[in-house]
Amino acid sequence: MSTFLNFTGTLLKNLVSKPVTKNYPEEPAVYPERMRGRIVIDIDQCISCGLCVRSCPPRCITVDKNEGTWTINRFDCIACGYCASKCPKKCLKLIPGYQKPGRSKAAVTYHKSEEVMEAERKKAAEMAAKKAAALKAAKEKAAAAGAGTAAAKPMPAAGAAPAAKPVAAADAAPAAKTPAAEKSAE
Amino acid sequence: MGNISVVPFGPQHPVLPEPIHLDLVIEDEKVIEAVPSIGFVHRGLESLIAKKDYNEMVYVAERTCGICSFGHGMGYVEAVEKIMNIEIPDRARYLRTIWMELSRMHSHLLWLGLLADAFGYESLFYHCWRIREQVLDMIEESTGGRVIFSVNKVGGVMKDMDAAMLARFSEKLGEVEDQVIAVRKNFLYDKTVQLRLRGVGVLTKQQAHDLGCAGPFGRASGIATDMRTRGYGAYGDLEFEPITSNEGDSFARCQCRIDEILQSIDLIRQAMGMIPDGDLFVPVKGNPNGEYFMRIEQPRGEAVYYVKGSGKPYLNRLRIRTPTFANLPGLCETLKGADYADVPILILTIDPCISCTER
Repeated sequence: MSTFLNFTGTLLKNLVSKPVTKNYPEEPAVYPERMRGRIVIDIDQCISCGLCVRSCPPRCITVDKNEGTWTINRFDCIACGYCASKCPKKCLKLIPGYQKPGRSKAAVTYHKSEEVMEAERKKAAEMAAKKAAALKAAKEKAAAAGAGTAAAKPMPAAGAAPAAKPVAAADAAPAAKTPAAEKSAE
Repeated sequence: MGNISVVPFGPQHPVLPEPIHLDLVIEDEKVIEAVPSIGFVHRGLESLIAKKDYNEMVYVAERTCGICSFGHGMGYVEAVEKIMNIEIPDRARYLRTIWMELSRMHSHLLWLGLLADAFGYESLFYHCWRIREQVLDMIEESTGGRVIFSVNKVGGVMKDMDAAMLARFSEKLGEVEDQVIAVRKNFLYDKTVQLRLRGVGVLTKQQAHDLGCAGPFGRASGIATDMRTRGYGAYGDLEFEPITSNEGDSFARCQCRIDEILQSIDLIRQAMGMIPDGDLFVPVKGNPNGEYFMRIEQPRGEAVYYVKGSGKPYLNRLRIRTPTFANLPGLCETLKGADYADVPILILTIDPCISCTER
């Protein structure tokens, strides 16, 4: 069965009803809450672990731990949200609204604030000091334990063991009675 | 015997959104033979497995196509899950099914609009896309993207639909359904549409079977092939029958696709009614070791995903066979004996997705 003028009713309705399109630049676009528009970073929360760099499918993120920077090439970013799901501090987030267009592909770099960098440096120094202290304590303990057995045998190699290698230093500990070995352990 | 000449069709043609080239051998106004050539938009997505690990490949697989993106992601992810013996939570299975059907609705509405445009019915074209816009809004609200969903991951899904959202969608689906029913009447009972589509490009059931046609193109010729009946995702729990027609002409293909939109609405309603509570994903450990063929039903037909891994983060092989590739021999068969003026419509009725085909 076929008939004419099936669409007329819809057409007449469309003629008198409001347009479904929006007068966009004048009337701002409303985006849903979940929209994956662009990625933002709370840079001061970032610990520069680099998980986002390794997870990014188009490889558009770079992180410099020493400089405290996080760089993204927004024109390569595909807004998939994989980096945000991997971020351990949850400082990466996708927010609604598109990024601005541009004439050339340019990367944007975010710097950590000076206070955060200062705090990080302080913390790193503290951690290093703590580690050195722990290392020293361990060595002294090992030296005390091994003192009875290997006291009388000074080994020339023990003095040459580099101090930065904790394993080598611990190995050298049984011979730690010699003044040279003690000096190197410090 | 009339004049025989060869007319090139495409890769740039007003009716083609994507590049495919056909050499049409024409006798007067009749097409005798059509020789297709593809390869204009090859991007080498499958070889990216050497550079992206299997989790990142989800995002690559999704970008195989701009219309059936969710299906590609889902097919790949389910293949990896089968290799790794991961049982995903029930809620994730249902959510995937709902998104897959929303994706099918928007794909079919897009196709209906393009078909209306191809036979010169501009107002109907805009009307179809206007309905599609509401489906896209639902997709954007629930996943965050209009075209690329990015909600799948190996082990489940990343985003949830809460009860309020499901209720809102259910209401919106009712509105969409009314509009689709109105448009259906216009497509199926209008004299102008019938004159343009009835008896054009008939493909018999035997031909469709021999040429391995997939999806609505095959179903319109009477082949009841529908990969959803395999029961992946939550389709095993839902009740539906593949929609078929026995006529095999362009009109039957149009009818099948419209009825599939209504079927999708019904499937979403069923899934919304049965969706269980629970987790969205299970934690995944290790790397895929083994191989699997995953067959799923895309809006355009059956798509095959072959994934092979060897216990490393980087896969050995990913192979995607898309429905348009399977339907190209059928298209060339329907073109034989067709009027030259019907060629654009016939190319559209297989719902060509060339970017999918060339990956």
